Amino acid sequence: MEPLIKLENFAKTYQTGEVEVHAVRGVSFTIHAGEFVAIMGASGSGKSTMMNTIGCLDRPTGGKYWLDGVDIGELDRNELAALRNEKIGFVFQGFNLLSRTSALENVELPLLYSRNGMSREEQEERALECLSLVGLAQRADHHPNQLSGGQQQRVAIARALVNKPKLLLADEPTGNLDTQTSIEIMGVFQELNRQGITIVMVTHELDIAHYTKRMIIMRDGRVQRDELIPTPLSSQEELAKLQAEQTAVQLVP
Amino acid sequence: MMILAILRLSLRALRRNTLRTLLTMLGIIIGVAAVIAMVSIGNGAKAQVESQIAALGQNVIMVLSGNVSRGGFSMGFGSAGTLTQGDFDAIRKEVPGVVGASPEVRSGAQIAAGAANINTQVMGVGEDYVSVRSWILASGANFTDQDVRSANKVALIGKTTATTLFGDADPVGQVIRIRSAPFTVVGALAPKGMAMMGNDQDDVILVPYTSAMKRLSGATSFRSFVIQAESPEAMPTVQAEITDLLRQRHRILEGRDDDFLVRTQQEISEAATATSRIMTVLLGSIAGVSLLVGGIGIMNIMLVSVTERTREIGVRLAVGARSYDILFQFLTEAVTLSIVGGLIGIGLGLGTSKLVTLKFGWATLVSSTSIMLAFIFSAAIGIFFGFYPARKAAHLDPIEALRYE
Repeated sequence: MEPLIKLENFAKTYQTGEVEVHAVRGVSFTIHAGEFVAIMGASGSGKSTMMNTIGCLDRPTGGKYWLDGVDIGELDRNELAALRNEKIGFVFQGFNLLSRTSALENVELPLLYSRNGMSREEQEERALECLSLVGLAQRADHHPNQLSGGQQQRVAIARALVNKPKLLLADEPTGNLDTQTSIEIMGVFQELNRQGITIVMVTHELDIAHYTKRMIIMRDGRVQRDELIPTPLSSQEELAKLQAEQTAVQLVP
Repeated sequence: MMILAILRLSLRALRRNTLRTLLTMLGIIIGVAAVIAMVSIGNGAKAQVESQIAALGQNVIMVLSGNVSRGGFSMGFGSAGTLTQGDFDAIRKEVPGVVGASPEVRSGAQIAAGAANINTQVMGVGEDYVSVRSWILASGANFTDQDVRSANKVALIGKTTATTLFGDADPVGQVIRIRSAPFTVVGALAPKGMAMMGNDQDDVILVPYTSAMKRLSGATSFRSFVIQAESPEAMPTVQAEITDLLRQRHRILEGRDDDFLVRTQQEISEAATATSRIMTVLLGSIAGVSLLVGGIGIMNIMLVSVTERTREIGVRLAVGARSYDILFQFLTEAVTLSIVGGLIGIGLGLGTSKLVTLKFGWATLVSSTSIMLAFIFSAAIGIFFGFYPARKAAHLDPIEALRYE
């Protein structure tokens, strides 16, 4: 089966003034449909650069990248935009919702730029569907500043899902969230992955990475380790454990 | 992305900061309002001048006597009475193509009829005057050449004067006293309206010029003649013939200046419209500068807006907005700003010209062309000054835009 993501000796070099910065120096791996992958690494390891390229926000300066069989290096700016719209859903660390815009309209945003010829009613219906998928249908009219961090991230996930993408890309999705909310968000991801969506997530938290099925660890622009996680953590169990701990703390005087 | 969606988006963005939006539009509002008001006042003045010129009569040539200088100040043409009865008779007899001619002798006088009493202008004219000026008689009849020759005490009365003296009653057959001399009203003139300078043309009494000179002013020479040529084509020849004839009669040597002035209707109207045209151009260019400043204001605020919303642009790009989606979004915002400003400006301009008419009594004429032009121009300003900021937004790098703090 054709892999969803195929990197072949992928490299990215930035030119900052006179100095060449080699952010990624030759990386090759494949990710198949249905996988749930965490890309890990310290800051400066090249994981963000790789994320931007996998997300088609940028093109490789060396090597090749195929997304769903399409060679990214061949596409121009607008073709990349169309590809992002059609095949990729983004979830960011800072949520990046549009302020003073309702949750529903935030979720509709990618539909605004797609060429599927949906009517306004259909768009709204689809957006509402995605909001209920993350359990926020009753908050559709709320603005981001009326929602908690976890709820905002759920809206962002709904937005990422609205165009039925093949790939969900999450960049430190739990970076701004507390432990319990982080686990809840990971639960949402696990559920989505169970339904067949491929997820690639960048994180620097090892415990968060253990909710995924595969871990790629980057160091100095190269893949240091690439291993499967034999028994991923279950979000339900972890949540139950956390609650038990909290109850215990309250019980002990 | 659909046009409607883009429009909704930009309207919302503009509503988000109402005060800023209004202040940004102010330049355009003032500019467009100024243009509309200026053009309507200019057009009003022009239309008035044109109707005045038309009221002079058709194919009319004016002959004015030379000017007198007193202490270095020119008193203007017509101030020296160099035109004589002989000149008048000669023009009538010797110049071909003249179909009507009349001298004009003006003097103010006290008029009384019964108990009513007013001060008005009495014009001494020939029997052709009414037809030369294409003046219609509402009732009665014109005086005759016999009346002129005998200096009979007959008069034609203007509408305003008639109303003041006799109310709604027919003035024909009534006797009026001009400086205590009794004149019989033989005809009532149809109303003609305001003159170029705003004076009432209907506040007048016409008498035979012979009577006016003999009984009222005591003058022996004329300040002006009005002459009617048979056709527009004949006017240059008639003008030249009159000039030659008068130079000959006044014994003006070769190379010396005329002591009179022969002007056609066109020349008079051109002089009058030239003044108003200069004013319109002058005020119009001030309004144009205001529009330019307004456009720069829009550009400035759009640049600020693009910087402020860099993250929003990043998100839009990330979820699949193409460069031109962003370009259209911001361009639409700029154009909406300028068009809404333009519409408010048009309203304000119309209001201003209405106010000017009410307050100062100036004639204004709002043309639909100027409204269309103002609208198109403000839209063009939006496109022109909105393009650079919009392009800047459209060319942002999505990664950097997303990272922007």
